[in-house]
Amino acid sequence: MLNPSEAKTVLETALLAAQEPLTLAELRRLFEEDIGADTLRRLLDELREAWQGRGVELVNLASGWRFQTRPEFQQYLERLSHDKPPRYSRAVMETLAIIAYRQPVTRGDIEGIRGVTVSTNVIKSLEARGWIDTVGYRDVPGRPALYATTKTFLDDLGLRSLQELPPLEQISSTLDLAPQTQPSEEPPAAAETAAPAAAAAD
Amino acid sequence: MIETAAANDAPLAPAAGPSNLPLLAGAATGARVATIRGEALLEMPPDLYIPPDALEVFLDTFEGPLDLLLYLIRKANIDILDIPMARLTEQYLEYVELMRRRNLELAAEYLLMAALLMEIKSRMLLPRPRALREEEADPRAELARRLMEYESMKLAAHKLDALPVLGRDFLTLEVWIEQAAVQRLPEVRTEDLIAAWQSLLMHARMTQHHKVMREELSVREFMSAILRRLHGGQFADFTSLFEVGKGVAVVVVSFLALLELVRESLIEVTQSEPYAPIYVKLAHAQSE
Repeated sequence: MLNPSEAKTVLETALLAAQEPLTLAELRRLFEEDIGADTLRRLLDELREAWQGRGVELVNLASGWRFQTRPEFQQYLERLSHDKPPRYSRAVMETLAIIAYRQPVTRGDIEGIRGVTVSTNVIKSLEARGWIDTVGYRDVPGRPALYATTKTFLDDLGLRSLQELPPLEQISSTLDLAPQTQPSEEPPAAAETAAPAAAAAD
Repeated sequence: MIETAAANDAPLAPAAGPSNLPLLAGAATGARVATIRGEALLEMPPDLYIPPDALEVFLDTFEGPLDLLLYLIRKANIDILDIPMARLTEQYLEYVELMRRRNLELAAEYLLMAALLMEIKSRMLLPRPRALREEEADPRAELARRLMEYESMKLAAHKLDALPVLGRDFLTLEVWIEQAAVQRLPEVRTEDLIAAWQSLLMHARMTQHHKVMREELSVREFMSAILRRLHGGQFADFTSLFEVGKGVAVVVVSFLALLELVRESLIEVTQSEPYAPIYVKLAHAQSE
């Protein structure tokens, strides 16, 4: 039987080497003797603690556990690749929000809420990303497809379940003059340090 | 207040600040700025003024009629549950007219919304019997519900966009694993090497043995042996004509015998392409 420290190293190695998130069931298979779900959880939590303060963190997602880089280091990593990943348009993000919060929904439902036609490209780009898929068809004329978000969507946003989505705001009927959360172009931490660096580079 | 609302709804919209006022006054001195629904507009509505160059960019930022309506409502600090339909409809139509005049592609949804606003407005103007009025819901209720639902989703979209996203804000790790990068080959142990070497030594010894046994190997004898093998006219694999186990000398003599047979045109050696198996057969198999 491995001691806890050895077991943690085994877990660490497996998680670092894995291409996809590993489930608790998969992680238990690493050991000859069953170490039990509680012990496994405790070891994983300890491992996560051990990686605090590093550029890489261990996270618990919808599909299991995964090591990933911390967002605050993305600005440095981006210098290695030439192009920044583009942001999604408002049309894409609003469609995604409607699917995430109101799923399962048809295209008609989305159009009803947004008040405009939903272009096929918007749906296709979300499907291509693996964030939404068709989970069924509504039993009405035309049998429109019902869309829902996928596990990949949760994984990619660092969430374990839909319950971890940001809560919907209670919309006040009159304008609240307190500034609402602005969609920031960059995470604040990145913006602060990136600006002088960019100036220096120019 | 205007600036707050504009920044919230349309980040690209220029702030309609006091610096625009002189321009506005200049525009107002003209006969009329525009004709909207048959009414002469003598001056630009104060909260509507946008420098013309920025107009297209500004209007382009709206994600549809609901978005535009929300902008107007939030900008004017109107209670969404008690919308002054006349005022809102008028402002909305002004924007739609502006878009039309700038030759912006105007989606059908904008016109549909214009019709809906006018319908609600007219329904509210029509006098109704008191009994009926109490039963009937406020004609603005459905619009208010849609506006609130859209706004809720719009804010949710902003929040979603603010979450760190894989590939944009963080990456997964890719630890290099030898097993994945290298094709797996059979494993060779030391014992296997020893065994191979010993069998080589054995062969060598046998070869020497044969040399001692036979002072001379007859090429002709081997030629005959080959011809006998090929009797019947069928193809034989080139390699099958060599008895490797009998030592190097036998192999060499066999090869000489083969060459001799070819030279005498007694056999044919064929190969369809480089490195393909070589086949040997009697040259006159058919005639025999």
